[in-house]
Amino acid sequence: MENIQEYLESGILELYVYGALPEAEREEVTRVLREYPELRQEVEQIEEALQELSGAAAPYDPQDVLISLKKKIRQRPERTPEFSKKKNISAILGWAASIILLIGLFMMYDANTELNERLTEMEQEQADLETQIVEAREDSEKTEQLLRALRSRNIEKIPLQGQDFAPEAYATAYWNKAQNITYIDAQDLPAPPPGMVYQVWSLKLDPLTPSSIGLLEDFEGNSKRIFIVDNSYDSEAFGITLEPAGGSETPTLEKLMVLGTVTIT
Amino acid sequence: MQQDFLINQLQEGNEKAFEKIYQLYSKSIFGVIFTILKDEELAEEVLQDVFLKVWEKAPTYEASKGRFFTWILNIARNASIDQLRSKTYKDRQKNVEDETFVDVIESPHQLTDSTEAIGLQKYIKLLEPLCRSIIDLLFFKGYTQQESAKVLEMPLGTLKTRNRMCIKKLRASIR
Repeated sequence: MENIQEYLESGILELYVYGALPEAEREEVTRVLREYPELRQEVEQIEEALQELSGAAAPYDPQDVLISLKKKIRQRPERTPEFSKKKNISAILGWAASIILLIGLFMMYDANTELNERLTEMEQEQADLETQIVEAREDSEKTEQLLRALRSRNIEKIPLQGQDFAPEAYATAYWNKAQNITYIDAQDLPAPPPGMVYQVWSLKLDPLTPSSIGLLEDFEGNSKRIFIVDNSYDSEAFGITLEPAGGSETPTLEKLMVLGTVTIT
Repeated sequence: MQQDFLINQLQEGNEKAFEKIYQLYSKSIFGVIFTILKDEELAEEVLQDVFLKVWEKAPTYEASKGRFFTWILNIARNASIDQLRSKTYKDRQKNVEDETFVDVIESPHQLTDSTEAIGLQKYIKLLEPLCRSIIDLLFFKGYTQQESAKVLEMPLGTLKTRNRMCIKKLRASIR
């Protein structure tokens, strides 16, 4: 405080005792009073003077009232325990509220986790469905292409019959001579044993000259069992043999699955 | 003097402390209540209510918020004003709201049976009319500094310094 005298003369302490100051100012004065004993003394003297003045305004000294007042105080339930009881109840309520809140939060957390899991699941499901749609679309495109190819005017259908090695087997070759493409429908061929692959041969009959025109790779993965192979040969017959993976130079005739000759037109 | 220990004991629920507090503050508080109500019987009832509140609410008093005397003063002024607005009061009293503490001794009824009023008369004679108005508003009626400045039509700074001069005079006469 730079000037205690100035502070005194401002008249703020009188207003402080009256209770006429706004809260912020009142708190400020309380703070200042703690620091300066001379200001505290001043406040006490102001208070004394005011007590004297209002005491003089009392019609009489009300000391007798104290007797009935004390009776009333005793009649009332004990104040201090009542206070602590209140405190306890509010503390219990507070705890209860906290616990309920906590349980609520846990439940919400749980529900939220569950929802998140459901959401992830559904997102996965959606992704799967989208993949399926794409696959189906690709599939249908392929089928359409195939259909168009097989309906082509230039195509020649050659049935390939099962041979001694596999009498039940059957296949069809669709040969587009103009485009040098042959489609092999292998629907009635059994899946090749592990480590083996079907090899397609174009044959000249006189003399018998086989030429490899391709392997039916990924037999299991091709759900329609329709394979496309290049064929630039002037084929007279088509044969399919079972060969070790990777194919062979010449056909293993003992393992000839199907065979069919091109109809001479 | 602020009896910190006494207040502490009162807050703990000590009846002896309450007795002592009553002895210290009851007369001046009674004076404030009576100045507002101008009715001995009612003022005594309100005084009882005020000190019951002091007993019950003592734990809520905080020294950081002001003097203990100011705290009781506020309770007393509020209780008196509540009483003033009550039906009981309106039924038995004439309109006294515009009067100041000066009227306490000016009322003929009070002059005849109150010996204490002579003491008050001493102070009233001592104070000039403006001082009486200022003290009446700020102290007895519990107006805020802004409200008082507005009623008296003077700047806040002037109100503060004038009030200080009035209280100084009062203090000088008590010494």
